[in-house]
Amino acid sequence: MSRIESCFNAIKKNNKKALIPFLTAGDPSPNITASLMHELVLAGSDIIELGVPFSDPMADGPVIQRASERALAQNTNTDDVFNIVADFRTKDKTTPIILMGYSNPIEIMGYSKFTKKASDAGVDGLIVVDLPPEESSDLQGALTSYDIDQIFLLSPTTIDKRLKMICKAASGFLYYVSLKGVTGSNQLDIKMVEEKINEIRTKTTLPLAVGFGIKDAQVAECVGRISDAVVIGSALVEIIAKYAKNTKEMKKRISLFISSLRKALDNIQ
Amino acid sequence: MSKANKNINNSTINAFSCMPNENGHFGLYGGRFVSETLMGPLEDLEEAYKKYINDPEFNAEFESDLKHYVGRPSPLYHAKRWSEQLGGAQIYLKREDLNHTGAHKINNTVGQALLAKKMGKKRVIAETGAGQHGVATATVAARYGMECVVYMGAEDIKRQAINVFRIKLLGATVVPVEAGSKTLKDALNEAMRDWVTYVDKTFYIIGTVAGPHPYPAMVRDFNAVVGREVRQQCLSQIGKLPDTLVACVGGGSNAIGLFHSFLNDKGVSLYGVEAAGDGLETGKHAAPLSAGKPGVLHGNRTYLMEDNYGQIIETHSISAGLDYPGVGPEHAWLKDTGRANYVSVTNNEAIQAFHDLCQIEGIIPALESSHALAYISKIAPAMDKNAIIIANLSGRGDKDIQTIATHEGITI
Ligand SMILES: Cc1ncc(COP(=O)(O)O)c(C=O)c1O
Repeated sequence: MSRIESCFNAIKKNNKKALIPFLTAGDPSPNITASLMHELVLAGSDIIELGVPFSDPMADGPVIQRASERALAQNTNTDDVFNIVADFRTKDKTTPIILMGYSNPIEIMGYSKFTKKASDAGVDGLIVVDLPPEESSDLQGALTSYDIDQIFLLSPTTIDKRLKMICKAASGFLYYVSLKGVTGSNQLDIKMVEEKINEIRTKTTLPLAVGFGIKDAQVAECVGRISDAVVIGSALVEIIAKYAKNTKEMKKRISLFISSLRKALDNIQ
Repeated sequence: MSKANKNINNSTINAFSCMPNENGHFGLYGGRFVSETLMGPLEDLEEAYKKYINDPEFNAEFESDLKHYVGRPSPLYHAKRWSEQLGGAQIYLKREDLNHTGAHKINNTVGQALLAKKMGKKRVIAETGAGQHGVATATVAARYGMECVVYMGAEDIKRQAINVFRIKLLGATVVPVEAGSKTLKDALNEAMRDWVTYVDKTFYIIGTVAGPHPYPAMVRDFNAVVGREVRQQCLSQIGKLPDTLVACVGGGSNAIGLFHSFLNDKGVSLYGVEAAGDGLETGKHAAPLSAGKPGVLHGNRTYLMEDNYGQIIETHSISAGLDYPGVGPEHAWLKDTGRANYVSVTNNEAIQAFHDLCQIEGIIPALESSHALAYISKIAPAMDKNAIIIANLSGRGDKDIQTIATHEGITI
């Protein structure tokens, strides 16, 4: 059984909600990313989404754009990202890791080489923001042979026909983008999210994560009530940015923030 | 990338004008590489574009505005003195510089704005580098009564102050983009982010044959009027088809606009001229087809300027309109198939051609177009005196006067 599958099985069995924080590999420096990931797990995270920095992050708002810029300024490259994951795996063999990035750094390495390196490092899933199922059959072939799940995004503009196609192609879990916009927006409308989630549930039995626009414990709790997992990106990255020069303080703040989200999600019964 | 391009051989040369396929692919290139949120809106756009591009009423409106508002057809002008001085082929200039707003860009913005109107979108957005496409978009937004927001890199805003003011005079809002390299590619990213956020009421008018499907095909179709006119003008003025077509390539819209009507004419050779900046060997250039690698950026697969890990690198050209790290996917395909040739000229060669045209023909060309002219000055002398070369004089150079003066150490 894959790490993602066991993770969601356990979540379900314990009647819990999964907490999925996002951070960008190499932000503020590749040397500390793995230790931040351990911190996230300690504070109650279930799955980690690790951003692969890209020069042109078209789907990201300013907070995550800046994270990419900081990581690239430290010359974080794709091999560094794999090294970070491998480093993390020496101490943590169970927490699933999802890489989230854009097509070009994957294309240039080649699908099978990228996938093999990801698998060797201990990656469990891959989200390629700008690679819809229509363009992803070759990558999917490579991922399947290494047992890496391709996680697809669904959005408020995903109509029925696409929904069916994506649910068919998906594995691991599905990621619902809660709003029309980029990461870090704050116009999430919980009623509309709920309607769409109910529609999606009729098409798939895969776990459903919701992300984009979840900034604090209160929103996380609301979203957790209607989904299986909650993704927190910009709000965490903001903490990393704010304390970039003081790692100790950064870890303390991260821990406090993640614990507050954990608590909020555990309130849901 | 496993689906090998089945069209890469000359026996299927007639297929050149029927691309892209139904998925928006030009062989390996093109496609639709965007986030899920934009897939639905792009399908809607494709549907509208397919419906109206063959709709007589839409086309009548488009042609009427091209005639009465843009001033088409633009002349095909025999540059006799320049041809004589070069001592070879006869050179003709397609005078897109005489269009309203001074460049070919307006053909596309008129087409897309009319489409926006048909789709009931009241707000248009655009990216711009040099400001030409921003001006052309602000112009049509005023003409059709739409709200207009133009995204422009903070660096470019400094370099192109006149066009920024022009856009504002036309009633549009200019939003500075501070991300990344603060240039055209970042403006395009930001326009996409706007589009994804306000997608219900907004039409994104992309300024060149890049972006996700259907943009490369749609922008080409709106600019293809250039080549259609050239074909007719050439037959009626000269009595035969041209031997060689030459156009500069930034994203590639003026080049594909000129080439498209001739893609199936094997006897017509096609040259796209990229910006070699300080020289390809220096790495300071904007020539992805000549010196880049295939990859994915801005919604399509094409040749890119990138580092070994797929990060997009900064481009360099004296001509802001050519300063782009990607290129339209159809050009990538035409390069691989060998149907078109892609070459490059340096900043200095382009500036020399700029001065030549000013002084020999009394025409001040855009620095972008000067790249095409510079390449002509290399090939024309060795050609037969009866041979016909046609250049797309894609824009007028008034916007570049400050750049030329600065380059030559002159304060105006
Ligand atoms: C006059 C002129 N020519 C050419 C270009 C390059 O664009 P494209 O390659 O799409 O024609 C520009 C872009 O701003 C331009 O203003």
